[in-house]
Amino acid sequence: MDLTTTYLGLTLPHPIMPGASPLAHDLDAVRRLEDAGAAAIVMHSLFEEQITRDELGMMHHMLVHDDSNAEALSYFPMVEDFPFGPDRYLEQVRAIKAAVKVPVIASLNGTTPEGWLAYARQIQSAGADALELNFYHVATNPLETGAEVETRLLDTVRAIKGHISIPVAVKLSPFYSSMSHLALELEAAGADGIVMFNRFYQPDIDPEMLECVPRLQLSTPDELLLRLRWLAILSGKTTISLAATGGVHSGIDALKAVMAGAHAVQMTSALLHHGPGRLTTALKELRQWLLDHEYNSLWQAQGSMSLSKSPNPEAFERGNYMRILQTWHPGVRSAR
Amino acid sequence: MTRRWITVDGNEATASVAHRVNEVIAIYPITPSSTMGELADEWSSKGRKNIWGLVPQVMEMQSEGGAAGAVHGALQGGALATTFTASQGLLLMIPNLYKIAGELTSFTMHVTARTIATHALSIFGDHSDVMACRQTGVAMLSSGNVQEAHDFALISHAASLKSRVPFMHFFDGFRTSHEVSKIEELTDDDLRAMMPDELIEAHRQRALTPDHPVLRGTAQNPDAFFQAREAANGYYDACPQIVIDAMTQFAAMTGRQYDLFEYAGHPQAERVIVIMGSGAETAKDTADALGKTGEKVGVITVRLFRPFSVANLVEKLPKTVQAIAVLDRTKEPGAVGEPLYMDVLSAISEARAAGSFAGPMPIMCGGRYGLGSKEFTPAMVKAVFDELQKDQPKPHFTVGIMDDVTHLSLTVDESFDLDSTRPEVVRAVFFGLGADGTVGANKNSIKIIGEDTDNFAQGYFVYDSKKSGSFTISHLRFGPNPIRAPYLIKRASFVACHQYDFLDKFDVLDLAQPGATVLLNSPYGPDELWQHLSVEVQREIVTKHLKVYVIDGYKVAREVGMGNRINTIMQTCFFAISGVLPREEAIAKIKSAIEKTYGKRGESIVQANFKAVDRTLEHLFEMKVPTAVTATRQMPPVVADNAPNFVKRVTGVMLANKGDLLPVSAFPVDGTWPMGTTKWEKRNIAVEIPAWDEALCIQCNKCAMVCPHAAIRAKVYPVGDTAGAPATFKFVDFKGTDFPGQKYTIQVAPEDCTGCTLCVAVCPAKDKSNPKHKALDMVEQRPLRDAERENFAFFLDLPEVNRAVVKSDLKSSQFLQPLFEFSGACAGCGETPYLKLLTQLFGDRALIANATGCSSIYGGNLPTTPYTTNKDGRGPSWANSLFEDNAEFGLGMRLAVDHHREEAILLLETLAARGVVPFALAGTLLEFDEPDEAGIQAQRVRVRDLKKVLQSRTDAESKRLLGLADYLVKKSVWIVGGDGWAYDIGYGGLDHVLSLGRNINILVLDTEVYSNTGGQQSKATPLGASAKFAVSGKATGKKDLGMMAMAYRNVYVARVAFGAKDAQTLKAFQEAEAYPGTSIIIAYSHCIAHGYDMAHGLDQQKAAVDSGHWPLFRFDPRRADEDKPSLMLDSPAPKIGLDKYVRGESRYRMIEQSHPERFKELMAQAQLDVNARQALYEELATKKA
Repeated sequence: MDLTTTYLGLTLPHPIMPGASPLAHDLDAVRRLEDAGAAAIVMHSLFEEQITRDELGMMHHMLVHDDSNAEALSYFPMVEDFPFGPDRYLEQVRAIKAAVKVPVIASLNGTTPEGWLAYARQIQSAGADALELNFYHVATNPLETGAEVETRLLDTVRAIKGHISIPVAVKLSPFYSSMSHLALELEAAGADGIVMFNRFYQPDIDPEMLECVPRLQLSTPDELLLRLRWLAILSGKTTISLAATGGVHSGIDALKAVMAGAHAVQMTSALLHHGPGRLTTALKELRQWLLDHEYNSLWQAQGSMSLSKSPNPEAFERGNYMRILQTWHPGVRSAR
Repeated sequence: MTRRWITVDGNEATASVAHRVNEVIAIYPITPSSTMGELADEWSSKGRKNIWGLVPQVMEMQSEGGAAGAVHGALQGGALATTFTASQGLLLMIPNLYKIAGELTSFTMHVTARTIATHALSIFGDHSDVMACRQTGVAMLSSGNVQEAHDFALISHAASLKSRVPFMHFFDGFRTSHEVSKIEELTDDDLRAMMPDELIEAHRQRALTPDHPVLRGTAQNPDAFFQAREAANGYYDACPQIVIDAMTQFAAMTGRQYDLFEYAGHPQAERVIVIMGSGAETAKDTADALGKTGEKVGVITVRLFRPFSVANLVEKLPKTVQAIAVLDRTKEPGAVGEPLYMDVLSAISEARAAGSFAGPMPIMCGGRYGLGSKEFTPAMVKAVFDELQKDQPKPHFTVGIMDDVTHLSLTVDESFDLDSTRPEVVRAVFFGLGADGTVGANKNSIKIIGEDTDNFAQGYFVYDSKKSGSFTISHLRFGPNPIRAPYLIKRASFVACHQYDFLDKFDVLDLAQPGATVLLNSPYGPDELWQHLSVEVQREIVTKHLKVYVIDGYKVAREVGMGNRINTIMQTCFFAISGVLPREEAIAKIKSAIEKTYGKRGESIVQANFKAVDRTLEHLFEMKVPTAVTATRQMPPVVADNAPNFVKRVTGVMLANKGDLLPVSAFPVDGTWPMGTTKWEKRNIAVEIPAWDEALCIQCNKCAMVCPHAAIRAKVYPVGDTAGAPATFKFVDFKGTDFPGQKYTIQVAPEDCTGCTLCVAVCPAKDKSNPKHKALDMVEQRPLRDAERENFAFFLDLPEVNRAVVKSDLKSSQFLQPLFEFSGACAGCGETPYLKLLTQLFGDRALIANATGCSSIYGGNLPTTPYTTNKDGRGPSWANSLFEDNAEFGLGMRLAVDHHREEAILLLETLAARGVVPFALAGTLLEFDEPDEAGIQAQRVRVRDLKKVLQSRTDAESKRLLGLADYLVKKSVWIVGGDGWAYDIGYGGLDHVLSLGRNINILVLDTEVYSNTGGQQSKATPLGASAKFAVSGKATGKKDLGMMAMAYRNVYVARVAFGAKDAQTLKAFQEAEAYPGTSIIIAYSHCIAHGYDMAHGLDQQKAAVDSGHWPLFRFDPRRADEDKPSLMLDSPAPKIGLDKYVRGESRYRMIEQSHPERFKELMAQAQLDVNARQALYEELATKKA
């Protein structure tokens, strides 16, 4: 079965790859992912804050006491040689490149078109085959309009494209007013792909301590549905690559994403939960399904259920909402 | 190989040579030499090789004695070895110096000459340490500036190799070791040329090896020792010529000619100064200037002090000399004269007797100068020459101070100055805060000017004694000729004040010469600044016609995201207005320096700094100076009017930075200093202070507990006492049952708070509708300052709680008056809360022996000290002896106290038997064992009654008992020190004291690193943490001192962390003190050397405990009597992984980032260690003793 796909200009033997996760911290895990059959390795994110705050923060805490006291002109050994910022990330890019044969997609997470983007160039030099820009934006500023947020996103993409020649995918959150328009703008800004979607870490509340506590919950297959809808809507509207991330737990999930229009499918929570071997299983399921249903190749299925090709496109539009409402029977509730 | 010009300090100049010509380097950190060892370690860890292509092995030892022993062994093993030290460290090396010299071993050590502690410790420079070694048999070669330190490092190594006499190369601590100067660097070829292979081979041939064995270190008897000791004479006789030969060879190579003694001055000089070290530079410079006015004066600079070459001295001395002043930078009380004076006097006498020095015996005077880095200026040199011109000059004198007691000092004409005769030299002085980066920026400017232009540059930096909020004064000179002026600038052409508040604290503009340029970092712009200045500042600006520039540096720093770092901004201003370099060129060079400094650290830092440079010039303005003073406001007084006389007369002068003006009579004769002086120094360093919401407060007193500076306090007091309270003074009903109907207040000392926020962090009382608001919130200090000052004064006057009725829980402990307050410790210090607690619980009857280190510096560094007294005049009596002897020192105190008590008991029994003391009183005095505060109070009343009885008695026993009666109240002896002392240098003594079982309490403030000397690893440093000498992460685990102490079985041992479990800390202090034998508390102390914001210190303490890195326990041998295990674990099994604890601290993260794989391995091992220790502790905690 020919499962080949093209994602960000990279020809891949199949569309399934690990999404950005802590798995890439560990070289052994990366090797296991490759052994499991991953089409590419998407690395964990290097955060803008990690770059700016780490650098400035470490500089502050390590240097602020320098030259203050006659007995101790410094408190740390040869600070100038310690990388404060993302050097370790760059090292990891190099190490992963050396360890695996599949393409390596590095990930930068940030929301401003500022100096930190210069690291994109270093990531490219370190050998990354592509870059995923995770525009993880939480709209807390009441003075910033939606249009301004989008402008900032586009400026960031343009800035990053100005720094590097490797392909750039943009990982988005689902909260944009006009995703289809934005997709075209991203394409115009030079993006080579769109990854849908970011999952926000939702802080929890500790009522005893009156504190917010960070919490990370793994995705469930239910979350795939949101991705399917937007993949289907964008598929065919833009010429750049599309990828699904969030809620892909099985080969059938991956198949659905491809049918909706994805060129690549990222698995994260399932791999974190079950280990890299889960990718092999998913790949087998995908292949088997296509065989069982006598498809010639994956390409045949790609985008087949998109808004433009689906036999019932209204499902992805308002019609879906209306139909569910109408088919929902109050009696279900009162039957208890 | 061509030689480069480099700008380095004396330490780096020396270490640069030492590292390249040695194979083994054993060291121990001590100010001001630490940098040499650190650099050597840094270079070796980077793989920098010596001239033979190998990386020298650098070993940090447990003490200087250990370093000397290791070096001795390495030399016996045939290696080329060196060490670096100073002061007390050098004293600890003396035994080995005798050995190394006695065995005629080629060896050179490098010493930053520093004061030896006598009536007080001084980290600063003089020759008292090296002079204490002149009898050991080492040759002593003295360099006087940074270039010479570099050159003599090589000459001494070369001469030692040739002569077999070991060499001590020394230079003045701080003045040379820390002066940054432009020098010509010696190349590896230069070094190779002076270190010939055949001499190295000869050294190796003398090594101990089983392949051709020899025996050394025999014990010799009366028949042999003397002759054998004389057998080496020939080597010493030959040594001076070998040094001359080395100097000649060096001169042929570099063009810099040195000699054993060098003469400079008038060829027919009649008056000559003989001097050694950096002071010789000043003396030569002055003699040169005086010579131009026709004065027949000259200077002999002593290079090789041992072996002393009489012939060379006499040869250099002008035959016309009539009077000689020999200046010593040391003091030998009771001697005829100081060592150099004695040697020169003997030399001339011998030479005259032998006929090699013709003519009459010159008048010989000996003078002391420059002790403890006291300034030595051209004016002082002139005073010496003037003295020699008198008919009867003082045979022994001091210069540089005013001695109004023994009248030995010379009068100095302060108007004499050489700087002002050199208009080609830019002299710039910068006043900054430690944390604002002023010194770093200036070092950078020196590098720019020194290395990128043809100009010469010199920088010297003065620091105050505080750990936080300290001020710095940078003295920079730039000029077309080499700068040889080892003294501070008195007349500056440029003065920058980087902290606006300094204008009201110090006479900043005093140093500005008429017409000088002044740069002020001011929150007020050029149009409004004038009206905010005091009369004094305005007057100086007007009368000296100063040109004033203004910038709001902090505003620019904030705008570009640099926080409080104004270094780059102020540096840009300096270059923009000083005219040292063309503006555009200067800015380009600053940017290139930024790139060089921060390039590796990250683009964000580079960009932020670039932005700062670019934005600076838009914010820099010249102020239009009015023609007359218009201010009506005077500079505020340094200390309050109600301060004690001594504080006003002495401390206040020191606080105004004018301590040099104090005469000898102002000082106590024996180093005894009054208590409680920090309260008079209102530092106002907190930008924000905590504000108390009395309605929200749950009255837990945790804020008072964690405050490192005793700047937030709790009191409970009768309701009537609030009468007359200031309008904004807050109080509420006390919530507990132990003081019914009373009032409660939490009060901040607004001018003493450092703004560390630990109190806010620990505050558990949150507003339910707005949890961001707590019972304590940080608010801006300035608007509250006046009102809170008044409130704090009122608070202090409220009665202290009756100690006898206070419960023993944590909350109650914080009603006890702290007798350790407002120390100079870092903001957020993790050590001082323990000391404060100690003084709250036992301070009124405590004696404290304090090891040298952070705790002795913030505990006893002038001008002001934090240990204080209660209203009865009682308080902790505190002393620092040394670093290495503290356990023994404290033991001695215990022995004395016990002896006094024993004698008092004996006398009491005797006098009771005689009927002098009523039997009942004597009985209760003797029988009561003072189990608690009530008991102590009752005993004090009985002692008072006893004194009344004894007061009128005239018999010897009664008089003796009167003097000893206070010892009938038990004293609490505490031995306090850091981990450097307890785990390393003082461990032998500590171990011995632990073994004795005497009633002593030991508090180890464990920061897991040498904090005071700048973060060198100790045996308390944990596995995986980075520290100096553990650059790539410490590879071995932290020593388990608690377990070692438990092994004695009769020692009370506790491991505490107040930020994790304050109640356990309190319990441990109470139990340790009550334990009738030896007790030791090992206290987790977060520290700036861990590399994070100290505001999170309490969180990190908790994480240390939760991760099992710092298990809490108490080991009480008394529990064995109850058939229980002695060990009680006070923290549960680890709840989080070690990784979660370490990830917030830079000391770990720097390894994680630089050596990720190694870090992973180290952390895996550390986690295994934690698990194993936990298992062991758990087992011990279940086993009965």
